[in-house]
Amino acid sequence: MKVDSYRFLPRSFRSYYEGRGPFAGEDKLVWAPFEKRLQESRIALLTSAGLYLKRSQPSFDVERERANPEWGDPSWRAIPAASKASDLGVAHLHINDVDLIADPEISLPAHLLERLAADRVIGSAATEHVSVMGYQERSLEGWRDTTAAEVIAHLRSQGVDGLILAPA
Amino acid sequence: MPVLARWIERAGIPTVVVTMMPALAEERLAPRVVGVEFPYGHSFGMPGDESMQRHVLELALRVLAGAGAPRTRVDLDVEWPVPLREAYRAWQPKEASPIVKVLLETGRRPG
Repeated sequence: MKVDSYRFLPRSFRSYYEGRGPFAGEDKLVWAPFEKRLQESRIALLTSAGLYLKRSQPSFDVERERANPEWGDPSWRAIPAASKASDLGVAHLHINDVDLIADPEISLPAHLLERLAADRVIGSAATEHVSVMGYQERSLEGWRDTTAAEVIAHLRSQGVDGLILAPA
Repeated sequence: MPVLARWIERAGIPTVVVTMMPALAEERLAPRVVGVEFPYGHSFGMPGDESMQRHVLELALRVLAGAGAPRTRVDLDVEWPVPLREAYRAWQPKEASPIVKVLLETGRRPG
């Protein structure tokens, strides 16, 4: 089966995404070989669903986005793997959050990854995964200048061998 | 998101992007891509369906660890188990996003 990338997208938005080519300055291939066996590797997850810890972290700034619709909050949150669904909030104005609130595993399957570690499919799961909010300024300036380096440092501090990213 | 994956990959951490828009991720030269024909917000499947979520996650792990070269794309062979019209409505926010409101009010097209 070949996935139709535009199946769930409003028709008028297709031209926004189709045929745009590489991002400016990002036209060379990049590659980091996966060196270890999966069963010996530590894996982390990154979602762009705008998940955050309701009791201890600020929400992504949706009020500023409402005031400036071409802006999106470029910050990130560390999400402990043991977080329960009831610990998590969703701040993302571009998707219906009902299913995400009911079961955050549809975007950040942290508990499932723990089970795969218990089943020896992977070596271990990161203790803290990563959440961003996927709607960003076209330039990706905030992600490029700040967030990417912070997320990379976080992943290194976790000893991660590979990352699964899931755009919301 | 494909660009963020590239920056992380460039730092030496292998990545795979699980996305409902694999064509975009390919154009943006994400190193490894898993395509899923699922509604937005549901990269790993239906809420409460651990079997479906595990199927997607295990495919992502296989592509992450097993791809031999950049521009690897593998599409998941699973159809969304909800009629298209219903699923299309269900993923969208109850209130139009700020940028969509602007586009609707001004008649501008995206992009």
